[in-house]
Amino acid sequence: MADDREEILSRVRGALAPLKERARMPEYDGGLVLARSRRDAGDPMAEFAVRLRAVNGEVAADAAALAALLRARGWTRGYCDPALWPGLRAHFGPEFRVETAFDRTRVDDFQFGITRGAGAVAETGTIILADATTSSRLGALAPWAHVAVISRRDLLSDLTQAVAALGSDPNVIWCTGPSKTADVEGILIEGVHGPGVQIALFVD
Amino acid sequence: MRTQRIDQAAARLGAETRAAVYDGAKIGHEKRTKLLFDHYADPNRLRELAGEIKQHVVENLDTYLPAVEARLVANGVKVHWASTAEAACEAVHAILRARGATKLVKAKTMVSEEIELEGYLRERGIESLETDLGEFIVQLDHDRPSHIIKPIIHKNRRQIAELFERNGLGAYNDEPQVITQRARQFLRHKYLGADAGLTGANFMVAESGRLVVVTNEGNSRFCLAATRCHIALVGIEKILPRDRDLALFLNLLARSGTAQQLSVYNEFILGPRAPGQPDGPEEMHVVFVDNGRTNVLASSCREILRCIRCGACLNVCPVYRQAGGHAYRSVYPGPVGAVLSPLLLGRRFPEKADLPKASSLCGACNEVCPVNIPIPDLLLRLRDRAHTERVPSPGTPPMGAWSILASQPAAWKVALFGGRFLDHFPRSLVPVPALRAWESSRDLPKWRGGEFRRWLKLRRKRPGAGQSSPGITP
Ligand code: SF4
Repeated sequence: MADDREEILSRVRGALAPLKERARMPEYDGGLVLARSRRDAGDPMAEFAVRLRAVNGEVAADAAALAALLRARGWTRGYCDPALWPGLRAHFGPEFRVETAFDRTRVDDFQFGITRGAGAVAETGTIILADATTSSRLGALAPWAHVAVISRRDLLSDLTQAVAALGSDPNVIWCTGPSKTADVEGILIEGVHGPGVQIALFVD
Repeated sequence: MRTQRIDQAAARLGAETRAAVYDGAKIGHEKRTKLLFDHYADPNRLRELAGEIKQHVVENLDTYLPAVEARLVANGVKVHWASTAEAACEAVHAILRARGATKLVKAKTMVSEEIELEGYLRERGIESLETDLGEFIVQLDHDRPSHIIKPIIHKNRRQIAELFERNGLGAYNDEPQVITQRARQFLRHKYLGADAGLTGANFMVAESGRLVVVTNEGNSRFCLAATRCHIALVGIEKILPRDRDLALFLNLLARSGTAQQLSVYNEFILGPRAPGQPDGPEEMHVVFVDNGRTNVLASSCREILRCIRCGACLNVCPVYRQAGGHAYRSVYPGPVGAVLSPLLLGRRFPEKADLPKASSLCGACNEVCPVNIPIPDLLLRLRDRAHTERVPSPGTPPMGAWSILASQPAAWKVALFGGRFLDHFPRSLVPVPALRAWESSRDLPKWRGGEFRRWLKLRRKRPGAGQSSPGITP
């Protein structure tokens, strides 16, 4: 395969050799990619909520509202990041059975997963997860509902900021609404492999 | 019947399938246009810019490839190179064998189809399973995808429900919701039981070595959350120069491909999972695949290497809408495939030299392309190449008879007179097979031959008369 490397690179060089001039990298203003609506955007928190709802995601006002929302839909068994649970458990009644380790041999036992979000993007209603702050990739993915707990100060304005914030975490994922498909006759169905419900909870 | 193979395939397409493909493609296109123009004052500027950036990358691959390789190695990724499909299959197999892996889950990799990885691994006792809902259905049915991002655009829910029933995925139920839930249940246990996850890459950033994978279903994320080894098959043209260019390309990709502001999952991968992260790969491999791309680079059509596989040109193409994806006999159908597929074959170009002819050159594909590829120009260049290389071409009626008629006025007159009998002649009795084939899918207008001659005669007799010609519009 070392041979393949040499072969490919020499074929690339050979293919490009006849070019008298190579296309130059164009310079451009990053603001160009901001959608029209961004130019006069108002309160980012309100915008985030609107955008998240537009992709069928939800915002929980606070921990008590989150617990009420989960209870109302009958989702009482779940996973929670061990670092977050002490701050949340007071709002969750005895009907909840929450585990702080995600046991992958019992994926179907978890109706919801609560993990930390590394940030959010107002422009698109996106929740950012990163390896450094996500306690379990599976815990945030496999349960039917995912709750991302995000610090208010980590709310970013737009995608250019989100790209700039990628940093050196080995794995960052932007999640914009629930997992979805339109493969069957173009009909939109949510909850294909990942969460069917995406919830954001902002904290100070 | 001597028609182009692509025409034959289109003619065999059932009415139901044709309608499904047509509607699906049309809706995709209309939503895309609305979204782009609602969001941006000048979306064309974005397409041009993205095209310039990718053209720059393509023409500087000799420096970008070693640069991105160095970044990947520094990030702890193992880099492999594969010049052919076989070499790419071997590379993947070697990685799996070294880990004793026998089960592979796949997401978002057209290259794996291009190199026919599934069969290669199956012969060696390794199961590889597609996880995208559409691709999974295609695999279950031993079928092939017919669209770049809507692989089962040619299937309806009844066919899928029957397929699931036959394969033990529950009693017949054709509700899309039920179909999706059944796939969800089945596939999540497959991810968790797999030894490795295979993905493609939408983009690979040179400055950071960041691999970007975009999905809506979250299947690639599940591969990378459940398995211990990540293998990425990456075409050598997938590079973007800088991280900041991602904002432009991700915006364009989602809007062009699926008419979304942003795809649901955009995953940015620098290497194996972070220390302390319990889930995900401890080992990551990138296999750079050539498999004919350097042929394309050396050709007069290297612009096609800008393609980001969004599928917009398929949705807008009148030929694709009528013929469907399978007619292109390639992993890459539609306008992009008509250019790319014959070129990827290198010296075997003649096998697919008919594809560039499957276009009316209407230009719609160029107008929607997020990287502004001049596809109609490229199609013309390839037609020219087929002509220069004397690739035999069925379907073009011989011109010999025409040239005799056109050069001998008397013969011409007789032909014009005889022409009116064509209106009453059963077309199925046309003695020339190529003409018959051509006629079978088209309607000839009523014979109007000779009108110009009559008009001219009249005009000669009475100068000034016949200013407006009867039935002849200039
Ligand atoms: S050629 Fe352009 S429009 Fe067609 S799939 Fe590629 S990027 Fe999209």
